[in-house]
Amino acid sequence: MKPLVSRKVLTKRRKFHQRLGFAEAVQGWLFVAPAVLGFVIFNAIPVLASFGLSFTKYDIVSAPTFVGLDNYVRLLTRDPLFGKSAGITLYYAALSIPLSIFVAYVIALLMSQEVRGIGIYRTLWYLPSLVPAVVTGALWGWLLNKEFGPINYPLRLLGVPTPGWLVDPDWVVPSLVLIRLWAMGNAVLIFLAGIKGVPEHLYEAATVDGATWWHKLRHVTVPMTSSIIFFNLVMNIIGAFQVFSVVYIIFRGAGALGTAGPANSALVYVLYLYRNAFAYFRNGYASAMAWILFMVIMALTFLAFRTQKLWVYYETEQPEE
Amino acid sequence: MREPMLIPTREARLAAERHQHHVHNRRHARIKRAAKRVIAHLVLAIGGLVMIMPLFWLASSSLKRPEQIFVFPPQLIPRPAYWSNYVRLLELTPVGLYLGNTLRIAIVATAGQALTSSLAGYAFARLRFQGRDLVFGVLLTTLMLPFAVLMIPTYVMFSRIGWVGTFRPLTVPYWFGGGAFNIFLLRQFIRTIPKELDEAAVIDGASRFRVFFTIILPLCRPALTVVTINSFLHHWNDFLAPLIFLTSARQWTLALAISSLRDMGYGLDTTHYMLALSTIVVTPVVIIYFLAQRAFIRGIALTGIKG
Repeated sequence: MKPLVSRKVLTKRRKFHQRLGFAEAVQGWLFVAPAVLGFVIFNAIPVLASFGLSFTKYDIVSAPTFVGLDNYVRLLTRDPLFGKSAGITLYYAALSIPLSIFVAYVIALLMSQEVRGIGIYRTLWYLPSLVPAVVTGALWGWLLNKEFGPINYPLRLLGVPTPGWLVDPDWVVPSLVLIRLWAMGNAVLIFLAGIKGVPEHLYEAATVDGATWWHKLRHVTVPMTSSIIFFNLVMNIIGAFQVFSVVYIIFRGAGALGTAGPANSALVYVLYLYRNAFAYFRNGYASAMAWILFMVIMALTFLAFRTQKLWVYYETEQPEE
Repeated sequence: MREPMLIPTREARLAAERHQHHVHNRRHARIKRAAKRVIAHLVLAIGGLVMIMPLFWLASSSLKRPEQIFVFPPQLIPRPAYWSNYVRLLELTPVGLYLGNTLRIAIVATAGQALTSSLAGYAFARLRFQGRDLVFGVLLTTLMLPFAVLMIPTYVMFSRIGWVGTFRPLTVPYWFGGGAFNIFLLRQFIRTIPKELDEAAVIDGASRFRVFFTIILPLCRPALTVVTINSFLHHWNDFLAPLIFLTSARQWTLALAISSLRDMGYGLDTTHYMLALSTIVVTPVVIIYFLAQRAFIRGIALTGIKG
């Protein structure tokens, strides 16, 4: 049988396509060149350099001197402030991550009801998350004022005991969590988009089966939006461990020698790291801190990814309609 | 003529009962739905007011003297209102200079981000080359990278080449890729553009760069708006990076100026000036939100986590 297209033409075509493919590859790399260069210069090299510096003593003025594992050993065994700052940050993360995800999800659920004036609610809940951290700090520093702040005012009218908020060491972290909850509008809107995207026929099917609202929430909405819950979870993990600006402003972090908040109760991890690097010029030490932070964030994110199979449902597992 | 159907048979009675039951059920369901909606409205409205209150307090207290700020009970509407706080603030700190600095940094950095992230987004969405998906994946991992890790080596690097104390550390890096998140967003968006629109031009012999600038970029406007707004707000709001890289007060951004007013508070009370400057910084953000509300919502839909 005679082929429809001769072999000669075929090779010619292949060659043409190869040349085209080659040109496309060159252009592809040219297009992504800035991003790749940026990755190498501003991400890969600094990360490796940070790792290297973490084994040195380095004040930037003189050359770094190698000290082996000294920084890590000192951090983990002899620096009470390290343990303190790590504890504060863990406490903050443990409170703020589940709380902000839960509250944001509930608010998104409420917004997903066919309520009128949704635009107004969206605006009210979203605007605070656009406020710069510096302003948030400046503003909440006064809102949470024990005597004169507008937060304690209604509490006092109701005769409820008023917390010391920013002046009581036990209340400092809960205060920071409260401030964080104020700015969770972004998560609310991401959840809302996800909840709105759940196909209506699933609810209809559930109704036919006699499902209550709780059943629908538990067996339709939450599983169908689990990938978005996961996304917000990872984003919150990454964010919570790096809390800095708000704390710096409220507690006047600039005073490197003063305590951060009452009894150092606001000495969050990155604030202590910042002080080590830019106030005490212990850059090797601060790099070791940075790498420990990096490892913790990576480990938690990895853990989250590992548990994904147990509770996250992805649409792609099923052919699209 | 006898109508046999007038005699209620057992079936008919049951049917009627079922019907009544159904009506009852429907009414019940309607009441329940209405109740749910009322509760939703209540929670959203009260919660929304609570969320927006701090911004009212910000604006109102920026018009108070310290002795009006630190009083009990706190007054929502300042009496009298000291608009002169803003005049004094402008005398006290060179707000115009800080505004100029902030705008220069934000505009230059945002332009770089919009351009280079769309270049990369286009390549990742359309061009086929070896290692494409690997490179894309590696870029995405930078989302997990804490700034704290990059901070010290980057500072050392910029101080070596004499850039600390200039705007360059805050702008130049943004001309290199513009952030993994923006690349991701644009890639997702470009993938939704029908291939026929640009492939035809390629087959007709137009270069990829021409296709990018004349076909893809104009079509990307919705996504580019999102990237531009997000980037601009990021630079407008950023605090830690300017804090590290800007050394002299003449280069400060607005965010640094707020922080410095906070620190001045040791001797005299500058809370009202700080709140006034904060109001000045927040106002454009609120205006941008209202002008570009749809872009914000679209941006969040684009985050849409598909793919």
